[in-house]
Amino acid sequence: MFNLMLRPLKYLGVALLLTVVSTLAYAQQEIKIGVIYPLTGAAASTGAELKNALELAADVINNGAKGVSGLPFAGGGGLSGLKGAKIKLIFADHQGNPQVGATEAERLITQEKVVALVGCYFSNVTATASQVAERYKVPFLNPESSSATLTQRGFKWFFRTTAHDDLFVHNFFAFFKDLEAKRKIRVSRVALFNENTLWGNETTKLETKLTSESGISVTKAITYPAKSTQLTSEVQTLKAGNPQVVMQSSYLGDAILAMKTYKELGFSPDMILANNAGFTDTEFIKTIGKDADFVITREVWALDLANRNPLIKQVNDLYSARYKMNFTGNSSRTFTGLMVLADAINRAASTEPEAIRKALSETNIPGNQLIMPWKGVKFDETGQNTLSSGILVQIIDGKYTTVWPFDLASHEVVWPMPKWDQRK
Amino acid sequence: MTSEIFLQTLGSGVLIGLIYALVAIGLTMIFGVMDIVNFSHGEFLMLGMYSTFWMYSLYALDPIYSLPITAVALFVLGVGLYQVVIKRIIDAPMLSQIFTTFGLMIFFRGLAQYLWKPDFRTIEKSLVSGQTSLLGIQLGTPQIVAGFGAIVITGALYLFLTRTRMGAALEATAADKEAAQLMGIDSQRMFALAWGVGAACAGLAGALLSTFFPIFPEVGASFILIAFVVVNLGGFGSVTGAFIAGVLIGVVEVMGGYLLGPQFKLAIVLLIFLAVLMFRPQGLMGRA
Repeated sequence: MFNLMLRPLKYLGVALLLTVVSTLAYAQQEIKIGVIYPLTGAAASTGAELKNALELAADVINNGAKGVSGLPFAGGGGLSGLKGAKIKLIFADHQGNPQVGATEAERLITQEKVVALVGCYFSNVTATASQVAERYKVPFLNPESSSATLTQRGFKWFFRTTAHDDLFVHNFFAFFKDLEAKRKIRVSRVALFNENTLWGNETTKLETKLTSESGISVTKAITYPAKSTQLTSEVQTLKAGNPQVVMQSSYLGDAILAMKTYKELGFSPDMILANNAGFTDTEFIKTIGKDADFVITREVWALDLANRNPLIKQVNDLYSARYKMNFTGNSSRTFTGLMVLADAINRAASTEPEAIRKALSETNIPGNQLIMPWKGVKFDETGQNTLSSGILVQIIDGKYTTVWPFDLASHEVVWPMPKWDQRK
Repeated sequence: MTSEIFLQTLGSGVLIGLIYALVAIGLTMIFGVMDIVNFSHGEFLMLGMYSTFWMYSLYALDPIYSLPITAVALFVLGVGLYQVVIKRIIDAPMLSQIFTTFGLMIFFRGLAQYLWKPDFRTIEKSLVSGQTSLLGIQLGTPQIVAGFGAIVITGALYLFLTRTRMGAALEATAADKEAAQLMGIDSQRMFALAWGVGAACAGLAGALLSTFFPIFPEVGASFILIAFVVVNLGGFGSVTGAFIAGVLIGVVEVMGGYLLGPQFKLAIVLLIFLAVLMFRPQGLMGRA
């Protein structure tokens, strides 16, 4: 009798207990994400910057962000799909070494039991670390490595949010098209002027292909050693070809030397269209001063984009209030990477790797929820975000100013650049 | 090739060649006098550039006015380096000598990175900034002044070696160390002098370069390879040879690069170097 009365109570108690335990478990659930970056070594300062961006992103995802309503997760309360679970970042240092990157990836997966990996800034480290992730079937999200080959490996578990080097080169030709459509400026003769390591040679190859596809003639294609003591013969050759536009890929030292030689030999093409690197180094404008003006270079991000997208200003304010610095092309992309991963985990409503991978592949985030100048985030079967792109900035009065895409521009393109003897 | 382009490439080639010559002369002197290959020679050039840069940015002293100061500073450094380091390895095996000067190279680069950061710097405005039109071609004034400076310095060095007692003593030591010593020439002093003068030459080349070339800790690496080729081509130890070879290499590099394609410019230089090694291994002016 006693037993009979007690039995339902017992069941009720057990059921209650289970509910409490399970809610507790959910409330405290932490989603561990492994992040691998160069926290020491030559790129340590960039690593520190990226770590800041990731910590800000994690804080926004976990605790929300007041006054930034356009940003996903800004309402606070963690991942709603997982009953408010919080993200926990486990940092690892790859020191710029591909071997260390792979070892750390393995440690994070097998010992820390992370559900996904983010990293690694250097393309060569991303390559090895993502190989480990592929082997263990753990999703790997890469926000900022630009080597095109990373998404040509047929990996199932690799996703990249940024555009890669090849897409950036495509941007140049999209720019030429827009220039003709909107400004009636037709670019028909270009010279290719690239340094001769892998990057410059790959760029030359792609540019050669794209010029012939768009009916642009190449007056000269020159590759040169970046450690040259003089670029006179190169510039003389460029000048003899009389191109409208010089498409140039250079590191810092040779970019400076080239600009000086252009001026010395009075070589004034309509435009110098530079492929980032040396031309966007913080030292470039500082070093050659006014002579840097009017050069157009490819970029991934610029602060003046905030003029067109209030979200960029709001999130940058959060960042600069915290770290006393502005976002850069690197930190903004890394921030975006973690936001995209969190979105996928949230939709997956699971910490199962396969569910997260599936959710990632179904990602569809519109551009207005991003702090990047992209049309959105949507991965193709190689894991590449097909909606990402670069921007073009022109140096105007010593500042990088967004001039393309035209709808994001804060200044109209100055074209052609004034000849050297007509400059103030 | 029009005559304008011909003159232009010739002019540019001669001017950069004169700088190569000045760098190589310091190198060939040290080798000629004591048979030591100085791998840290490019770093003397780098230090000369920084010396000029700091006097310009801290004391607003124009690169042209700071030339003598740089020369003296590098001379003192060269002599000091000899007394403290090189003296100890004169009779050491060649491998030790190579490692010593190679180590100095790494040391100076590291020091420059530590003290002055790996940033690129340039001298924006100097007395010689601007362009000069000459015979219908455009040349940078800094390059012209640098080339002219290189001629003057080489000329002075030539006179020193051929017209003064000390210069003659230096040449004698280079020719035969033991015999010179028997004649009462203090070879230690001559070695120190060779290091001082060698370093000063590279420093002066750096100072002249700094008016038109970016300044950074690894800048020496770009010039040292060419300097070795010039020294070889001119004949180890020959100052006149290095001068002629320097100009020759400069012209061949610029003009060959223009004619055959810039990607071949270094290949052409090294091809000539190979040909010299095969047909005239002692170099153009070297002692057989």
